[in-house]
Amino acid sequence: MRLRRESRANLEKAMPWLVIIGLLVVWQFAVTAFHIAPFILPAPTAVFETFMQQRGPIISNALFTLRSTLIGFALGIVVGLALGVAIGSSRLAYKGLYPLLIGINSVPKAAVVPILVVWLGIGQLPAIVTAFLLCFFPIAVNVATGLSTVEPELQDVLRSLGASKLDILRKVGLPRSMPYFFASLKVAITLAFVGTVISETLASDDGIGYMMLQASSQFRVPLMFAGLFVIAFMGIATYIVFALLEGRMTGWATRGREGSMGGRG
Amino acid sequence: MGFVELDNVALRYGERDGTLALNGASLSIERGEFAAVVGPSGCGKSSLMKLVTGLHPPSDGAVRVAGSSVTGPLKCVGMAFQNPSLLPWRDVLSNTMLPLEIVQPHRAQLRRKKAEYTERARKLLATVGLEGFETKQPWMLSGGMQQRASLCRSLIHSPDLLMLDEPFAALDAFTREELWGVLQDLWMEQKFTCILVTHDLREAAYLADVIFVMSARPGRVVATHRVDMPRPRRLETTYQPKFVELIHTIRDEIAQVRAQSRADVRPEVPAGGQHAAIQTPKVA
Repeated sequence: MRLRRESRANLEKAMPWLVIIGLLVVWQFAVTAFHIAPFILPAPTAVFETFMQQRGPIISNALFTLRSTLIGFALGIVVGLALGVAIGSSRLAYKGLYPLLIGINSVPKAAVVPILVVWLGIGQLPAIVTAFLLCFFPIAVNVATGLSTVEPELQDVLRSLGASKLDILRKVGLPRSMPYFFASLKVAITLAFVGTVISETLASDDGIGYMMLQASSQFRVPLMFAGLFVIAFMGIATYIVFALLEGRMTGWATRGREGSMGGRG
Repeated sequence: MGFVELDNVALRYGERDGTLALNGASLSIERGEFAAVVGPSGCGKSSLMKLVTGLHPPSDGAVRVAGSSVTGPLKCVGMAFQNPSLLPWRDVLSNTMLPLEIVQPHRAQLRRKKAEYTERARKLLATVGLEGFETKQPWMLSGGMQQRASLCRSLIHSPDLLMLDEPFAALDAFTREELWGVLQDLWMEQKFTCILVTHDLREAAYLADVIFVMSARPGRVVATHRVDMPRPRRLETTYQPKFVELIHTIRDEIAQVRAQSRADVRPEVPAGGQHAAIQTPKVA
């Protein structure tokens, strides 16, 4: 029984790898079996081959993209947190800002890049701003939601001790919204990558997005796929970093898996 | 003049056509007295708590605490509710010490006298039987233990006034009766003024010096009972004829106000029906 549970746990750990490897194997076989031309859909082995050949420029472009993404993401955290706190703790700010934020969020960011180019020129700056524009919204909404889950009774307890609004925010509101905040980071970081790459394909002379656009104009399809893989890899890697961070910072919110000692009243 | 005074108080939530929770409520509680408020459900008992602590202003009438009229939230009240509402990211000890981080003068001294305050919290936790649980997280504790910790949190800063809103309602009977004893011991030691809102008449009579019976909504005080039983009271006390008689009296009064409110809601019920309800109270 115990052995079976252990092997099940191992299987759970291996599942993500099994699925990815399985997918690549099916892809490889499909390409060979149906004789699909490399400029339509290259086989994973061909993509890997291209990556190894071109790894110098690919990696330097990837690092450029990563840097733009992280700068935009950092801005997104600062602004998202500030907006979230404002919306979540003040009804006036909520009423005033929420419709505006919804409006900003519903504009397709690809349509904003040309405007950013007029303002900021071509290059890294529009990429950073696009990444920021895409990722601040989920952070703000999640932090605001977290603040609104503070129990009214707890607020009563603190208010009748003479606590100010700031006290309540510091002692209860912010800690309470931390699980929401860290959950939003996982979503926001992937959105930041989307923003950077969109901007790079439209207006840049550096980065993975630019590289893929170049590859596309030259019909170097395996190189485009190599770029896609690198973006996906960076997305997963940063996601894992923030998932680990979330587990460390807000372990109390996912408690009780070890079972509690109830019934000891 | 009492420590807590309500003089003909009305409380209406919202605008003119909002719910009238209290109307013409008057009561007076001496300093160091243990008061209980009982009544049918929805009679505005919790509204009474909000009024006394200044969390909600009265629509009419006057609320006075310690001789001055209440205009905003009081600064040094202890509160505990049916839900222990401990902070899940803090351990039991630092949950207990939360008020010290807010109430003056402790707030200013907390850093300097950390050891002294920690010792005080440990002692308080020990008196309610939570010794050895200081570093446990709240979710590792049973409901009864969480409620003990919540009680400690409401008392750590030695408040002049303790407000308890059905603190034991969610607990099993044995734990509840045990905590009555714990609360009585704490009160006899510290003699804070206490207002306990409860549905449990035995609980009210066991703990309180004075019991206020409230009418159905809009609530007002319809009867006041002094409980002149010697302290410390024990569970045995609750089976004495005098105690049982008091509970029967209060139960009849509440049955009566409930019947009246039903009659008010459904005017077609004849007056005789009301009377019958008074004559046949449910036997405990």
